[in-house]
Amino acid sequence: MSLALYRIDDRLIHGQVVVGWGQPLDVAFIVLVDDEVSSSDWEQDLYRMGVPSQIEVIFASVEQAAAQMPSWEADPRVGILLVGDIDTAVALAARVPLKRFNVGGVHHRTGRKERLRFVYLTDDEAAKLRQLAAGGVDVTAQDVPTARAVPVTEFT
Amino acid sequence: MSELRGVIVSHAAVAQALVAAVKAITGIDGVLTGVSNEGCGTEALGQRLQEAVGPGPAVLFVDLPGGSCFTSSARYAKVGGADIAVVTGVNLAMLLDFVFHRDTTPAEAARRAVDAGAKAIRVTSS
Repeated sequence: MSLALYRIDDRLIHGQVVVGWGQPLDVAFIVLVDDEVSSSDWEQDLYRMGVPSQIEVIFASVEQAAAQMPSWEADPRVGILLVGDIDTAVALAARVPLKRFNVGGVHHRTGRKERLRFVYLTDDEAAKLRQLAAGGVDVTAQDVPTARAVPVTEFT
Repeated sequence: MSELRGVIVSHAAVAQALVAAVKAITGIDGVLTGVSNEGCGTEALGQRLQEAVGPGPAVLFVDLPGGSCFTSSARYAKVGGADIAVVTGVNLAMLLDFVFHRDTTPAEAARRAVDAGAKAIRVTSS
């Protein structure tokens, strides 16, 4: 089944991911791609605590994720890949071909404007998402499975 | 030593509802602060925690033992500079006990709150 969801979410592993998406998808593993978290045992312990024991959590840097992507995509189990920001998504897409990215949560910060209730972007970040889409990645915004997947052209 | 405070950290409006319930039952106000993760990224939630905790000391009562409320609370307890303990699985019973027993350290208050909260969870046969 491989990776069923490629998600940009600045909360990384949290309820919407583990329960909201994890339950209906019957997720067996979560890949968290973040250079900082991948080098911190303490941060990894924090994120593991929010995940039921039957779900494997894999931490990887962008470089490690690019190398491991083929094996995750060939995994017979269902998985979710998470990144915490748009730059990480762009960096990953530059190294491996990706078909889609779900913008699940990018919250307010100075300089960002509200695009959707759960998506705030600077103009530069919006441009990066459009560039990803122009490169062949299907970019949509959707916080939970029951919501509509909003095409990138509607929120950037 | 500053007075020990309680900060409830939750999804949606659970925290604010618990603050209101404790006040309704005990009449005690100003000891507990509710913090919601609604609309927050990690950075913004950290700022809300900082404002709620102030100089501390404090016990952070978190709704779930994982997720954004928990990770932000645990991170703030580690790096925020104040004397902080974190309790997960917040319930009303532990908060009612806490507001009457704050003349202690955050760690001891947290242990006591966990005992009080756990004792309130039971199955009652009809």
